[in-house]
Amino acid sequence: MSSFWEIRWHGRGGQGAVTAAKFLAEVALSKDFYFQAFPEYGAERMGAPIQAFTRLSDAPIYIRSAIEKPDVIVVLDPTLIGTVDVLEGLKSDTIILVNTPMSPAEVRKILGLEGKKNRVFTVDATKIALETIGRPIPNTPLVGALVKATGLFQLAEVVEGLKVSFGKKFSEEVIEGNIAAIKRAYEEVKES
Amino acid sequence: MTAKKKVAAITANVACAYAMKQIDPDVVPAYPITPQTTIMEEFSNYVADGAVNTRLMRVESEHSAMSAAIGASAAGARVMTATSSQGLALMWEMLYIASALRLPIVMQNVNRALSAPINIHCDHSDSMGARDAGWIQLFSENAQEAYDNTIQAVKIAEDMRVRLPVMVLYDGFIVSHAIDRVELLDDEVVKDFIGDFKPVYSLLDVDNPVTVGPFDSLNGYYFEFKRMQEEVMRRAKSVIIKVGEEFMKVSGRSYGLFETYQIEDAEYVLVLLGSAAGTARVAVDNLRQQGIRIGLLKLRVFRPFPFEEIAKALNSAKIVAVLDRSISPGSQGGPVFQEVCSALYSFDCSPVIVNYIYGLGGREIELAHFFKVVSDLEDLSEKRSKESFVRYLNLRE
Repeated sequence: MSSFWEIRWHGRGGQGAVTAAKFLAEVALSKDFYFQAFPEYGAERMGAPIQAFTRLSDAPIYIRSAIEKPDVIVVLDPTLIGTVDVLEGLKSDTIILVNTPMSPAEVRKILGLEGKKNRVFTVDATKIALETIGRPIPNTPLVGALVKATGLFQLAEVVEGLKVSFGKKFSEEVIEGNIAAIKRAYEEVKES
Repeated sequence: MTAKKKVAAITANVACAYAMKQIDPDVVPAYPITPQTTIMEEFSNYVADGAVNTRLMRVESEHSAMSAAIGASAAGARVMTATSSQGLALMWEMLYIASALRLPIVMQNVNRALSAPINIHCDHSDSMGARDAGWIQLFSENAQEAYDNTIQAVKIAEDMRVRLPVMVLYDGFIVSHAIDRVELLDDEVVKDFIGDFKPVYSLLDVDNPVTVGPFDSLNGYYFEFKRMQEEVMRRAKSVIIKVGEEFMKVSGRSYGLFETYQIEDAEYVLVLLGSAAGTARVAVDNLRQQGIRIGLLKLRVFRPFPFEEIAKALNSAKIVAVLDRSISPGSQGGPVFQEVCSALYSFDCSPVIVNYIYGLGGREIELAHFFKVVSDLEDLSEKRSKESFVRYLNLRE
C-alpha cells in the first residue's frame, strides 16, 4: 500500500456505506495501518443520498476536514449518478467503482469520462449480495471489488477482517454469505 | 509501559464509554442529546451486561442529570455524566453549584452549537459559555485524546489539592462519530491509575454531619469563598501537569497544558483547540516545505488557562493568529483570543495578535483556510502593521 489513500463512498441511507467505510478501517487496523472513517452527518434517513469517507495511511493521520479530492470514489447506488455530483473533486487519477450491471465502458460514457485516464470499474454488487447474503446490501461485495481495483489489501486480509469485524454481531450464516459476496465481487469486478 | 498495545477502530464516543467502563463510576445520571447520546447508549450496554457496578439513572432532563450528579457526589459517590449543547445550557445553574461544592464530577461535553437556529454540528459555544462556571476544561483533538483525557480527568478531579469537577471536551461528529485508531489501556492499569475514590464530607457519614450548600449573606464569607475557589483552580494547573506525567508512564502518551509544534523558530504561530488543530498541523507541514516559518500551539487546558506558559511560548513569534470556534457577540474576538491577548499583555510580550472565527455550526475548515490565514499574516508582516483584527474564515459573504 502506498502512503495515503482517501476514499469517498456514495450511497443511500440503508445501503451500508457507513458500515463499508468502517469495515475498511477495521481491515486497516488488522494490518496495523492508520485510518479514519466518518460519515457526512445531516438529516440521514433510509433512501436519502449520503456520503461516507475513509482515510488510510501507513503514518498517523492528523487532517480532520472532509475529503475534497478522493483517490477512490465508490458509488453504491447507480441511481445517484445524475442526482448528486459523484465526481466532485475528481483528480486525473481518481479510481471510480460503481455498483451496476452495466459495463465499465457504459458507465465511463454516462459519467463523461471518455478519453480521460481515470480507471473505471463496475460490479453488480446488489445481485451478488442477493444471491449470497439474501439481502440487497451491496457494501461488503463492494469492499471485495475495491481491494481488487486498488490493490489496497489482499483478498485474504479482507476476509479475515470481516470475520473479526462481523464476528461478534452476526451469525455464522451471515458471515459466510458476506465472505462469499466479497470473493465473488473480487472475481467479477470489471475494468475499462 | 504496557507490554502489548490493545488498539481498536472505534469512535470517540465509544472510546469514552469504554473509559467509563474501566473507571466504573458509582453513579451516572444521564439524559440523551445528540451528539453525546452514543456514549450513554454504549455505556448502558455495560450496565445491562453487569460489566460495571454503576447505578445508571435515567433522568428527565439535563438539569436533573446535573442535580442528581451533585446529590450523589455529595453523598460520597464517584459520579460521571455526559452532555452536549442545549443539554449543557440546561445544566447551567447546577454547574456552578457542582464546582462551588467542590464535587469531583467528571463529564464529557461533546461540543455542539447552541440554538437558534437549531444545529446539531460542532462548535465550542456550549462549553465556552460555561468557562466561568468553575469547572476544569480539557479539550481533545481526537478519539485518543478524548479517551486519555477522560481517564486523567478522574484523577485530576479527585486529587485532594483540587476536588473540582472536570469537563472533557471534544468535537461533535468530527471526533465523536468518526472511527479512529485508539490505543486502549488494560482495565487494571486504569484502576491503578485512578485509585479508589475517597469521599470527603460525605452526606452519608452520619457520625460527622455537615451542612452542604448553606446560605451565606452580607456578613458572611461569600467573597472569601469565591476567592478560594479561584485559587484552587489556579493551583489545579500543577496537578494537571503531574497527572499528565504519570499518565505518560502508563500509556507512553504525553500530556501537558498545551502542545507546541514547530514553534521554536516560528515567525507565525497558529493557536487553537479541538479537532481543527490536526488539520492545522498538516497545514504547518505544507507551509514549512515552502520555507514559511510557522508553528502551532494546540491548547488542551482552557480552564485553568495557562497564561504565563502561553505568554512564554509565544513571546518570540512575530504574529500570532488565534482561531476560535465560538463567537462572543459584542466582544473583541472569541474567548481563546481574549485569553491569549490577556496573557501576552500581562506578561509584556510583543507579538501582533489577530483572531479568526471559524467552523460555527459545523462549517467546514480545510487546509485552504489555514493557507488563507497565513497569507493574511504575510501581508501584515510586509506592511509591518501592528493592528489587530477579527476576521471570519469560510463565512459566506
